[in-house]
Amino acid sequence: MTRTEFWQGNTACAEGALAAGCTFFGGYPITPSTEIAEHMAAKLPKKGGVFIQMEDEIASMASIIGASWTGARSMTATSGPGFSLMMENIGFAAMTETPCVVVNVQRGGPSTGQPTMGAQGDMMQCRFGSHGDYSVIALCPSSVQEMYELTAKAFNLADRYRVPVFLMADEIVGHMREKIIIPDSVEKIPRKELEKGVLPFKAGDDLIPGFATFGKGHHVHVTGLTHDERGYPCATNVNLHHNLVKRLVDKVENARHDLADFSVINPDAEEVFIAYGAPVRAVQQVLHDRPGQDIGFLQIRTVWPFPDFALARFKNARRFLVPELNFGQIAREIERHVNVPVLSIPKLGGDLHLPRELTAVLERGL
Amino acid sequence: MRHEVRFSGFGGQGIILSAVILGRAAVMYDNKHAVQTQVYGPEARGGASMSAVIIDDEPILFPKVTNPDIFVIMSQEGFEKYGSDAPASAVMVLDSSLVHSRPDCRYYEIAATREAKQTLGKDIVANIVMLGALVRSTGIVSVAALEKAILDSVPKGTEALNTKAMKKGIELAEAVMKNGEKKV
Repeated sequence: MTRTEFWQGNTACAEGALAAGCTFFGGYPITPSTEIAEHMAAKLPKKGGVFIQMEDEIASMASIIGASWTGARSMTATSGPGFSLMMENIGFAAMTETPCVVVNVQRGGPSTGQPTMGAQGDMMQCRFGSHGDYSVIALCPSSVQEMYELTAKAFNLADRYRVPVFLMADEIVGHMREKIIIPDSVEKIPRKELEKGVLPFKAGDDLIPGFATFGKGHHVHVTGLTHDERGYPCATNVNLHHNLVKRLVDKVENARHDLADFSVINPDAEEVFIAYGAPVRAVQQVLHDRPGQDIGFLQIRTVWPFPDFALARFKNARRFLVPELNFGQIAREIERHVNVPVLSIPKLGGDLHLPRELTAVLERGL
Repeated sequence: MRHEVRFSGFGGQGIILSAVILGRAAVMYDNKHAVQTQVYGPEARGGASMSAVIIDDEPILFPKVTNPDIFVIMSQEGFEKYGSDAPASAVMVLDSSLVHSRPDCRYYEIAATREAKQTLGKDIVANIVMLGALVRSTGIVSVAALEKAILDSVPKGTEALNTKAMKKGIELAEAVMKNGEKKV
């Protein structure tokens, strides 16, 4: 039996996390993500979980890494300024292969920018924001329903691939209330525990080592320094570093087909919109108001790793139109993969693209 | 049929709660779709506050209000900022105890704040009076759905007061309908 609710996106995110079995939230409140922390603070302790308001976002990120090593499904939620502070420890999570979920309800930046207005300006930061080479997974919800579903999914992906997984929401989706259908339960895929006798950072064919949960007798050493398969620092071995970082990248990038989550509408069209997050809703309205098959649409839910092969579904595409609440961060990624013009349609300031603005771009033609 | 409802007043009147209750009534008890959004900024505290609800039988794609056809206005500043552009085809329910201007569309004068204070003893329920009047005059959701959504949303111990406020709003709207709604 499902049930219907009329929820805010941030509430749906917190509830999706609870449904997925999140038992630890460490965070620092920041607009427009605060309702997630509030909801977790109210609900988690009653379910036997732990909520800690940390002293800042650097510590918040550290706390969810520590909690994860005890076997907990852990998360934090923040927005731009807090996200910037988290970058150092996000790299630590990537290097130590720590599963965790980081929600960024994006607001206008740079700096403190527009606390109460929506944006998508952190899409490249979530991919490349910490130093060194690594790969992550990032999901973008466009509705309250997807806030719930993609948050729950983020925990499974974090455990499966042992990476920080980002829910890259925005103020618009985070704060709007709409109808949501809550399932009875969500799929929970448990983390793969390290087998006895296997080295804690030795990976098999899937490039993902078993997890040496603290307190289960593995005696694992966890370090941000380049480490060998035992987990001990070994920071001057050229090949070892190359192989370790290559594995950190490949374990995610090689899985891009498995990780891909997108919808294709009208694949034979010549004019094709591509969107993720809140602008999806404007494109959906344009397609609804212009029935027919002349406009294609690719909605991307897994933005990182970028599902480049999805672009090839639009064999007749003469142009890709990419509305984003930033100056073309993902449009540039799309440009790398196609041989036809990619038109970035940026909108900054906090308002969503109006359907008529997108229609006007279409009518201007190539 | 898509309806876009815009609420405005000053911070503290429960302008956002009104929109949440209306959306909740539509989704939870009338089996419709709704999206509620709000102007969410420092100006919402004390100055002109605004919130909006879209209600439709079909799933709602674009979530922001672009062409409101129903207005609920509870302050003069709210009228000037968010109500004075109401098109001729719109309907406005206005709190005539606080709004002096009148729009260029059909409107219902509901003295919600005065009635809430004088007959219910608490001006804090003026927004619920307005919701009762809105639903009676437009039929945008059923009265039964509205009542349930109100009871879901108000603090424990205030249920009777809020139900009374809703009924007062219905009564005030009926009085206006009997005398003929105002046109400019």
